[in-house]
Amino acid sequence: MIKFFLMVNKQGQTRLSRYYEHVEINKRTILEAEVIKNCLSRSKDQCSFIEYKDFKLVYRQYAALFVVVGIDQTENEMAVYELIHNFVEVLDKYFSRVSELDVSFSVSEICL
Amino acid sequence: MPAPIRLRELIRTIRTARTQAEEREMIQKECAAIRSSFREEDNTYRCRNVAKLLYMHMLGYPAHFGQLECLKLIASQKFTDKRIGYLGAMLLLDERQDVHLLMTNCIKNDLNHSTQYVQGLALCTLGCMGSSEMCRDLAGEVEKLLKTSNSYLRKKAALCAVHVIRKVPELMEMFLPATKNLLNEKNHGVLHTSVVLLTEMCERSPDMLAHFRKVRQLSSSQLVPQLVRILKNLIMSGYSPEHDVSGISDPFLQVRILRLLRILGRNDDDSSEAMNDILAQVATNTETSKNVGNAILYETVLTIMDIKSESGLRVLAINILGRFLLNNDKNIRYVALTSLLKTVQTDHNAVQRHRSTIVDCLKDLDVSIKRRAMELSFALVNGNNVRGMMKELLYFLDSCEPEFKADCASGIFLAAEKYAPSKRWHIDTIMRVLTTAGSYVRDDAVPNLIQLITNSVEMHAYTVQRLYKAILGDYSQQPLVQVASWCIGEYGDLLVSGQCEEEEPIQVTEDEVLDILESVLISNMSASVTRGYALTAIMKLSTRFTCTVNRIKKVVSIYGSSIDVELQQRAVEYNALFKKYDHMRPALLERMPVMEKVTTNGPTEIVQTNGETEPAVLETKPPPSGLQPARQANDLLDLLGESDITPVIPTAPTNKPASAGGELLDLLGDLNLTGSPVSAPAPQIAQPPFLLDGLTSQPLFNDIAAGIPSITAYNKNGLKIDFTFERSNTNPSVTVITIQASNSTELDMTDFVFQAAVPKTFQLQLLSPSSSVIPAFNSGTITQVIKVLNPQKQQLRMRIKLTYNHKGSAMQDLAEVNNFPPQSWQ
Repeated sequence: MIKFFLMVNKQGQTRLSRYYEHVEINKRTILEAEVIKNCLSRSKDQCSFIEYKDFKLVYRQYAALFVVVGIDQTENEMAVYELIHNFVEVLDKYFSRVSELDVSFSVSEICL
Repeated sequence: MPAPIRLRELIRTIRTARTQAEEREMIQKECAAIRSSFREEDNTYRCRNVAKLLYMHMLGYPAHFGQLECLKLIASQKFTDKRIGYLGAMLLLDERQDVHLLMTNCIKNDLNHSTQYVQGLALCTLGCMGSSEMCRDLAGEVEKLLKTSNSYLRKKAALCAVHVIRKVPELMEMFLPATKNLLNEKNHGVLHTSVVLLTEMCERSPDMLAHFRKVRQLSSSQLVPQLVRILKNLIMSGYSPEHDVSGISDPFLQVRILRLLRILGRNDDDSSEAMNDILAQVATNTETSKNVGNAILYETVLTIMDIKSESGLRVLAINILGRFLLNNDKNIRYVALTSLLKTVQTDHNAVQRHRSTIVDCLKDLDVSIKRRAMELSFALVNGNNVRGMMKELLYFLDSCEPEFKADCASGIFLAAEKYAPSKRWHIDTIMRVLTTAGSYVRDDAVPNLIQLITNSVEMHAYTVQRLYKAILGDYSQQPLVQVASWCIGEYGDLLVSGQCEEEEPIQVTEDEVLDILESVLISNMSASVTRGYALTAIMKLSTRFTCTVNRIKKVVSIYGSSIDVELQQRAVEYNALFKKYDHMRPALLERMPVMEKVTTNGPTEIVQTNGETEPAVLETKPPPSGLQPARQANDLLDLLGESDITPVIPTAPTNKPASAGGELLDLLGDLNLTGSPVSAPAPQIAQPPFLLDGLTSQPLFNDIAAGIPSITAYNKNGLKIDFTFERSNTNPSVTVITIQASNSTELDMTDFVFQAAVPKTFQLQLLSPSSSVIPAFNSGTITQVIKVLNPQKQQLRMRIKLTYNHKGSAMQDLAEVNNFPPQSWQ
């Protein structure tokens, strides 16, 4: 099950967040900060799957933006990895050459 | 009031904020504006305001005052309003707020709206945050929508149904008829969501699962063949632009179908058989150059492993995993290692083939991969490859990150214990672990290690020598120092005498040994426990070493005033040992007996960490069944009922852990002589709290002897021994005898030892006596507890042997006790 879907940039600013399970609002910021810290500390040729607390993070970097998806044990990690890419491609099509700015400005559209 | 700014402008302004404080200020200003605008009930700009509110919520600021506004938006007729309203509802509301119930009516109306997009919105929202009440109310509508011909709606309705089922499992049957036709769709979106729905149903309810599995009349409505057909189409069909991802047709759907097949095929032969072909086909036909193909292969492998597939297929799966391992892409390797870990239990041999690759992964830079490889390596160790694997693992231990070291060390210990080819190798390995990762070793490893060392009798000299050398250089690693000081204390004489067959003997003098132990005591790095070990070790050496006893006395007396209470207590008692009980010192501090082998997972632990010679120790839990009593070669009093009796005094006390649960040990059915040990625990040695304090006989049973008369077993030369009896409630064949020995002469009897023997059908257990001195003039007694197991309920008989010192001469006597009252054994 997908727990959450985040797009965070390198400075730690959240561009998009969608939680599929209830998480307290103050915990969300902490979670996002920790998650981005984990992802930033990885080098390029390291695995894209991190074990964090009791679920896994699948992350993918696109320029300065990290797309992070939190999944639990029943999900196929590689399928989620592909899903991330698919999502980015869709955004690309929608905005014709999407960039981080597009994401930040069209939050509501992307959410839906 | 000027028109509120648009969302984009808000975002722009926030982006210009340099610091967190600036941003917060801007947001608060905007929040205030929004709040006043809400109060004015302004319809035109409400949508904009809520959009801004949602953005701020995403950034992490509280936005709950917007919830009602969302509801108002939902109720409005404009699509843009509805859209933002529903989005807001999804993000801001959930079951916990009471407000959400107000939405139910709106959603109901919208579900029947003429525009499909509005219907879609409503379905989305319901599927996202519907509570169980809402779901119950609206499930009928959802089900209706599941049957429409509009594929856009059908797909959304299916997802909504998934959510409804999750919230209210009882409604599952409602959706069952609708699912019949779902898989006949052409539209992949609908297919995908319906597969999800079916998966959810099967996962939630075993009845549904059975329903879907069984063979139905019309072959076209069987689920498994349908899925197989769809999958086949996907693979075989040519390029279709709308579903293509890097050359593979709709991989997401393929993965979902594979997952559903997995659930259907688990533990079910028929379904598994139907799937075999298609799985083989998928496995061989999928392109592996891209990640997409690998994702599908991964799911296929998982499915093959889970269902009852034929062996050829399994081998195929493991080969795929092996190929993954060799791949350069880290993700794939990680995934392969994870799945191999799952399969290693069942297909051990197949995984062994890839052992060398797995071991290579230990050297990878990536943390996740290393962890997986380590776990997998431990699972793969067996008797044949233990030496090679251990070498690699030790090397890994050297170089890995600290968070792994504890796990790795414990894993190595476990593996070494199970598969050690020789004792020497075992000890070497443990030494290596201690020296490289000494401070990360878990605390329970120390007692296990000590026990292992005592068990390998011939290696004592070698062990102590190596340990000595190890701590000479560096005594900061606590577990290493603890083990080393314990060993030096025990086998210091071997160290000094310089006899060691296995290695070059080193010349060590007694002073050097004491030097190192003293420095451990003094050092700031030593934990309190370690210091306790060192002090006890020094004390033990007082009997093993000959020329440095005075030095030892001095050291011990210094610590009599130490701040650390534990050390102080030990030192004071040892001092007492030197002064008043010097005659007992050699006996008390003699070599430890070989310990009972306790399984490493057992929750019990015998006390020996203290390094004291403890006589029979009472554990807090019954020992596990794998006990082998350690016996010395000679020693047991012969059986009653045989013609000659050879009274033999056991040379080394056998350690018999007793259980407080009232069960006697199930020893090997022979006679046990438990001689009470030569040394009596007269001086109260500092003991860790879980030992019984006060080794006097405790009434272990709740019931008091309901009138079983006590007897005088022996009465001669002023020594009288009385037996009192108790029967256990829990175990009717156990009798507990408490003996009391009293002395009516005018001189004390010292070094009193009571031994007993019983016929073959009985089992006997002697617990430790309260002391070894019987004071004169009946002014005090020694009590000792004997437990007799009498499963065949035969008449109890006992032969006893008494030894003591009286009036300066050693006395010894044998007697038979036959006057046991019938209630004690019937």
